[in-house]
Amino acid sequence: MPQYLFLLYDDESRWAAPSDEEIAAEMARHGLFAEAVAAAEGAQILGGEALQSTQTASTLRRDAADAEPLLTDGPFAETKEALGGYYLIEARDLDQALELAKKCPVSQGGVEVRPIWKFGE
Amino acid sequence: MTPGGDAVGTALEQAHRAQWPVLVATTVRVLRDLDAAEECVQDAFASALRTWRTDGVPANPAAWLTTATRNRATDRLRRLATERRALPALVGEVERLTRDGAPSSPPGEATDEGEDLLRLVLLCTHPALSPEARLALTLRAVCGVPTAQVARVMLTSEPTTAARLTRAKKKIATAGIPLRLPGPADRHERVAGALDVVHLVLTCAHESPGADDGLAARALLLARALVRLAPEETEARGLLALALLTGARDAARRSPDGSVVLLADQDRARWDRAAVAEGLALVRELMPHPAGRFTLQAAIAAEHTRAPDAAATDWPQVLRLYDALLAEWPTPVVALNRAVAVAEVDGPLAGLRAIEEVAADPALARYPWLPAARADLRRRSGDRSGAVADYRHALFLAADPADRAFLQGRLHELADGA
Repeated sequence: MPQYLFLLYDDESRWAAPSDEEIAAEMARHGLFAEAVAAAEGAQILGGEALQSTQTASTLRRDAADAEPLLTDGPFAETKEALGGYYLIEARDLDQALELAKKCPVSQGGVEVRPIWKFGE
Repeated sequence: MTPGGDAVGTALEQAHRAQWPVLVATTVRVLRDLDAAEECVQDAFASALRTWRTDGVPANPAAWLTTATRNRATDRLRRLATERRALPALVGEVERLTRDGAPSSPPGEATDEGEDLLRLVLLCTHPALSPEARLALTLRAVCGVPTAQVARVMLTSEPTTAARLTRAKKKIATAGIPLRLPGPADRHERVAGALDVVHLVLTCAHESPGADDGLAARALLLARALVRLAPEETEARGLLALALLTGARDAARRSPDGSVVLLADQDRARWDRAAVAEGLALVRELMPHPAGRFTLQAAIAAEHTRAPDAAATDWPQVLRLYDALLAEWPTPVVALNRAVAVAEVDGPLAGLRAIEEVAADPALARYPWLPAARADLRRRSGDRSGAVADYRHALFLAADPADRAFLQGRLHELADGA
């Protein structure tokens, strides 16, 4: 069965100082998403986490494999919508994965669906 | 070329036109790999060329090609099964193919062939692929158009097209785009996407009449398949009507010397009556209701078809339909065609003013039918030198030999009339 990483990009300013209600509502939306995956035949959630804000990110860059990495503050790419979390999903095919991705809670951004590269197949 | 060689060439050409999409569609279902399926079909045609030249054209070319393709697909599956230490699913496929053996009935009678074709069309027009990739894949894999010609039709280079096709096929395989018919939930969206691509195939067929005679027939085949899949989609029936009504004129579209014959000058007795009747009946059914862009285009084609000769065309009605079409689908080419209708209703000067409104659109900068349409209106308004300049400009832009022959003819007429 193919696996897909759902990369959840969203406007992270909303989460600068969320209220308890906002957090509860967001958790409920993710709960609904989990139910939708469970209800889809042959699909399952293999993993998934929410990420702390990009302000807490550190990036190591290097311009050659043997070069000394340079440590910088912040995410690898500065974008308005930032990577805020991910799910690792097993699905029958891309159509089922995209159907589930539509139900993935993102308020002002998008979900990138990337097939997992499985070696030896 | 020997007469025998000619017969082989004709038989192969006919078989290519009718069998290519079906063979690819059936093989891709078995192999689940578009690239490999295309290769099998191509190999089968290559071996047909060699074998038929020595042994003659078989009684049933379609069955011959089906068997040849199937043998290649079976070989490939066997090889894969060995390489992957006999994956059970593959072994099952090999057994099934071997057991079924050569087809006892010619293709066309198998019941699920239309479904195979639909699955292939919907695979090639999947919304996860870029619009350019969808058209290129449909032309290449479904219509069997060679890559070089796909590039010409899409106004890009051959390497760009080849790279685009490779990328799209890689995405289908690695992202797991499935070969399936859509369910009730996504049928509307998927059929609409497929209709757009089939319409482009139809446009390609008619905008470059010298390119591939079979392209229009293939677009018609695909439109029919989509109507069968989704009879509730009125736009699918609109596109079928459009394909029928434009295809009905194929025999009258070219003069004996190969140049394009415009609608107004066509011998209407040479139109395909059966296609006309079917197309008009569809338009009658569809038209009282709010119509989408394919139905409106079919309705315009129906107006032209209904008129016993060009002079009897109901131009005010054609213009009303163009107004509706432009509102539904505001593209510069529609606006240009509408300008031609304006000229018929309000005279060439009004038509020229309508053309000026779209002439600056960069999308039409290299479109030969813009200066050609303006040339005709300038000629009719008495501006002979303006018409000559416009025809020369159109000739400079036109690449298709049939189009060029037509434009040359018009230029000669203007010179003779001086």
